[in-house]
Amino acid sequence: MDSVHDMGGMDGFGRVEVEKDEPVFHATWEGRVLAMQRAMGFAGAWHIDHARFAQERLPPLTYLGASYYQRWELAMEKNVTERGFASPAELEAGHAQGPGKALPRKLTLDLVPGLSRSTFYRQQQGAQRFQPGDRVRTKNIHPATHTRLPRYARGKLGMVESCHGCHMYPDSVAIDHGDDPQWLYTVVFDGPELWGPGSDPTLKISIEAFEPYLEPA
Amino acid sequence: MTHDDDHDHHDHGSELSEMQLRVRALETVLTEKGYIDPAALDAIVEACETKIGPRNGAVVVARAWTDPAFKQALLADATKAVATMGHLNRVGDHLIAVENTSKRHNMIVCTLCSCYPWEVLGLPPVWYKSAPYRARAVKDPRGVLADFGVILPKDTEIRVWDSTAETRFIVLPMRPHGTEGWSEEKLASLVTRDSMIGTGLPKNPKEAS
Repeated sequence: MDSVHDMGGMDGFGRVEVEKDEPVFHATWEGRVLAMQRAMGFAGAWHIDHARFAQERLPPLTYLGASYYQRWELAMEKNVTERGFASPAELEAGHAQGPGKALPRKLTLDLVPGLSRSTFYRQQQGAQRFQPGDRVRTKNIHPATHTRLPRYARGKLGMVESCHGCHMYPDSVAIDHGDDPQWLYTVVFDGPELWGPGSDPTLKISIEAFEPYLEPA
Repeated sequence: MTHDDDHDHHDHGSELSEMQLRVRALETVLTEKGYIDPAALDAIVEACETKIGPRNGAVVVARAWTDPAFKQALLADATKAVATMGHLNRVGDHLIAVENTSKRHNMIVCTLCSCYPWEVLGLPPVWYKSAPYRARAVKDPRGVLADFGVILPKDTEIRVWDSTAETRFIVLPMRPHGTEGWSEEKLASLVTRDSMIGTGLPKNPKEAS
């Protein structure tokens, strides 16, 4: 969806401010939010793309005004209530008012040391359409739902640099249409193709592009 | 589990206290429903604060600087190469190392959210997740580098990697001159977090402790 989360190339946000000696968390609740997100993900309550899509669906002013972990928390509340894991009334009350739904797994203390990032590889569904060196054009698409093709790189000429195998497809996963595995490529663009003839000629930008985002050029 | 209320109040006042209440309500409900175990949450927070961090990536870089076969393996398949070092849990399946040279400088961003190689760099700093960085890194990377005090030669190619999928990137910076014969451990002390994101360079060996 075309919302404020898709920030690549926007002007006016100012310079990058670096916090000296930044702590891992700025408040205790931030760590709880991160840990809850991981625990619910492990449990199979929702996928990371559902978490991203829920953030993208926050009202733009909320998204821009919230701190990073505030966004996570608001998105988590959305997934909890929309997917029926708890009701808004229960969150309001701060207590469960009925039993929970069954989940495939539960992250218990003994499992935390072995916790690692899951794999996103999936069984290929068809032949790989593009090869390194192929010229491609990204599609000019504007789905109203989750996509990982950023606006600044739509309808642009690029080159396939490498292929990373078949991965689950976020555009499908986020709307509960299943893994729909797709080939994933690194596609590189020249700066002037994205930002016009006046841009830095030494600049190259790459995105990680799923095959449905690409057409031969 | 501790909720350090007094501590959290100091910088954002009532806004943060509202967040504390919301988060506590959410955690209580999810716990009572049987979905989560607060003790497991404690352990995750502790791991974030003590176990994962850029030091894990720094030793990978130092190894690549001293061992040509490892460097080759790292650039070919960073997931496999890092796994052979044994100092990390599985790093997931999709880690990619990109090499800085005198001709090319690499920089990592996630314009759509905050994708970052946790396993080798820890949790991302606030600036990496902020609008200024996400907005400008793909359009004006030299301007961003200037914010970090890094000025590169005009003809150096700047390659920005937007992490739009589940592949994760770590920059292999150039080994500083004047470090011949240094141990891996000493070399690792030069490798900063920002040098592995591409917004910084390794420390000058003369400044190393």
